[in-house]
Amino acid sequence: MSFTKTLLVSTAVAAMAVGPAFADGHMANELTIVSWGGAYSKSQKLAYHDPYAANTGITIINDDSSAEAVAKLRAMNEANNVTWDVVDAEAADAIRLCDEGLAMEIDPDTMLAAAPDGTSARDDFGALLVSECFIPQIVYSTTFGYRTDLVGDTPPSKICDVFDLEAYPGKRSLEKRPINNMEWALLCDGVAKDAVYDVLATPEGQDQALAKLGTIKDSVIWWSAGADTPQLLADGEVIMGSTYNGRLFSLIVEQNQPVAMMWDAQVFSLDGWIIPTGLSPERQARALDYIMFATDTQRLADQSKYISYGPARASSAPLVGKHAELGIDMAPHMPTDPNNAKNTFLYNLEFWADYRDDIDAKFQAWLAK
Amino acid sequence: MSDSTATGPVLAADGTPLKKSLAQALRREKTRALLLIAPLLIFVLISFIFPIGKMLFRSVENDIVADTIPLTVVELAKWDASSGELPNEDVYAAMAADMVVAIAAKAHTRLGSRLNYEQTGLSSLFRKSGRAIKKWDLATDAPFKEKFLEIHDGWGTVEVWQTIQTHSGRKTSGYFLNAIDMQLSPDGPAAQPESKQILITLFKRTMIMSMIITISCILLAYPVAWILANLPARKANLLMILVLLPFWTSLLVRTSAWKVMLQQQGVINDILVWLGLVADADRLVMINNQTGTIIAMTHILLPFMILPMYSVMQTIPITYLRAAKSLGATNWTAFWRVYFPQSVPGIGAGSILVFILSIGYYITPEIVGGTKGVFISNRIAYHISSSLNWGLAAALGAILLALVLILYWAYDKIVGIDNVKLG
Repeated sequence: MSFTKTLLVSTAVAAMAVGPAFADGHMANELTIVSWGGAYSKSQKLAYHDPYAANTGITIINDDSSAEAVAKLRAMNEANNVTWDVVDAEAADAIRLCDEGLAMEIDPDTMLAAAPDGTSARDDFGALLVSECFIPQIVYSTTFGYRTDLVGDTPPSKICDVFDLEAYPGKRSLEKRPINNMEWALLCDGVAKDAVYDVLATPEGQDQALAKLGTIKDSVIWWSAGADTPQLLADGEVIMGSTYNGRLFSLIVEQNQPVAMMWDAQVFSLDGWIIPTGLSPERQARALDYIMFATDTQRLADQSKYISYGPARASSAPLVGKHAELGIDMAPHMPTDPNNAKNTFLYNLEFWADYRDDIDAKFQAWLAK
Repeated sequence: MSDSTATGPVLAADGTPLKKSLAQALRREKTRALLLIAPLLIFVLISFIFPIGKMLFRSVENDIVADTIPLTVVELAKWDASSGELPNEDVYAAMAADMVVAIAAKAHTRLGSRLNYEQTGLSSLFRKSGRAIKKWDLATDAPFKEKFLEIHDGWGTVEVWQTIQTHSGRKTSGYFLNAIDMQLSPDGPAAQPESKQILITLFKRTMIMSMIITISCILLAYPVAWILANLPARKANLLMILVLLPFWTSLLVRTSAWKVMLQQQGVINDILVWLGLVADADRLVMINNQTGTIIAMTHILLPFMILPMYSVMQTIPITYLRAAKSLGATNWTAFWRVYFPQSVPGIGAGSILVFILSIGYYITPEIVGGTKGVFISNRIAYHISSSLNWGLAAALGAILLALVLILYWAYDKIVGIDNVKLG
């Protein structure tokens, strides 16, 4: 056998071995997934990445860059070198990415798995499909936690207690951006829940909200990272503060701090996946295959074993079980649990997509005064 | 002597005129030097100057409007915005034709985001209209004016068309006006409403606080550098490690450590309360304000002041001081008239380093600055990563760069840049 023949035969054998992998849709063998890091990325790794890698044998690379995802994706797109395959993004960012043409449009009927009972993905996700490019994953809420030992005998139970300095003297922490704060201020200034965004669309309404926030301005520590409020609560720097419910869950349940949740007027928001535009067909096929797997009913329910965020599919809710390590029931810690969701506020994505820059400029100018 | 002048130009050994030969040698020398620095020069050009220039260019670039809706821009130019009446059917028809093309390319929402910077609400106007216009047939659906008004009231307001008309040029001064709290209105540049004015305040604050940080760095670093330069080598090296250790520690770790130290339930307040200097009820507020930013940034930037000072002081012979004293100078005179003037180049180098670094800082002010201790760079970061208004971010960056260059020029005029030494 000549050398050339050996080469030919071995190439043919190799091609046969590799063949099947190419046969099912020409997919890339590597997947770069971008997310937020910390406990959240860990829950995704355990619920989605590890099973998917075990099933398919591909390598998953994690990148904790979601906080800068919008700017980085735009830069990558302009450089024609998109290195990310799947990106975890807040719904508001997903809308922005979709508007900028940086995220691909998703057809829920063909690209997402139907529920086990046959309900189509479109119906299963329902109203949570807020953008053509967005695949919802979790429902989280921005809500308040308070120090049980620092608020006296009657703990705060209503959102307006945050604005009540007489009953609850001490510092509180609020996010250093207008979103959520403006809505809460208006709610506590006598504006009806369904009129909040109509009022907030007018300059007078914005001034009204800022005036209400002004009544507690000197007692507020403004946070910019989700970990700030838990730290401030643990140190006793603030007596109450807003943050994402999952952060408070880990503070209360996993770290046993004297903190309790106040769910009143919690603001629901969404987090999910987007697939960047400009991927090669092989990589896009792989990303879609991953998404099909990672957002099915069982996988979304699995994630709630590791973190207290509600699965975005209606069909996943009954499957929510116990915490993987602590063995406690997760359902009562979900923002969507009926006991917690007695009074909720729905964050208006469309409104903030329009008004974010305008109100943010006002808000920052107000803060600086 | 008179021989050489009489026989014409001086010749080199190989017979060429000396002047020419010298020039050649000099040119060779220069070429060799240029070749030696060429890798660095090319690297700096490609990876530094070019991208920065390209980024800064965004502050005046405005192709998106004319590229996305070219027909409308032409038709809209004929419209008299001050008439108070809506544009005619031609404009609406052009808009319909442009939108159909733009929607196919998914460019209409991008245009909406761009125009939303100028007028709130245009983002959703374009997004919502896109969904409806997708179903239109250009040939049969005319006239379009009513159809546009049916989709959204916005198309029936003069302001929307004025905004599009005002911002249809390929170059715009809008971003720079925004950067100094003004806006480009249909009637020309105008001030922003007072409730939205923030950027000038931030520029001023950035400059003033950077100067305070630089001055506190000078005051703290000078004695340290003096001790370092005048101790025996072994002790000096040990102290040097103490200076360098924080320098090697992560910026975030150091900033977070200051949080633990300065907060109201923090280490410093706890000690003060324990000593009885401060009542438990009114603990000092040292963080989430300007004090926090100044303390944390002074600490973080201190090594940048100590190191150049130290390397300059090392070169000042201590014998000068002794000579001054032996000639009758007091300790103070010897220091102030003999030692200090020689150490000024170190102060200059350190100050330039610290000042330029501090006006660009944003992580530390973001974490410990609260609301009154944040810098202009925090706003730039917001526009780069959250609002995606890169034009405004570029304009703010350009202004910041210009301010630094002006200060550098002023420094050169007052102190002289030759008086700066890094070692």
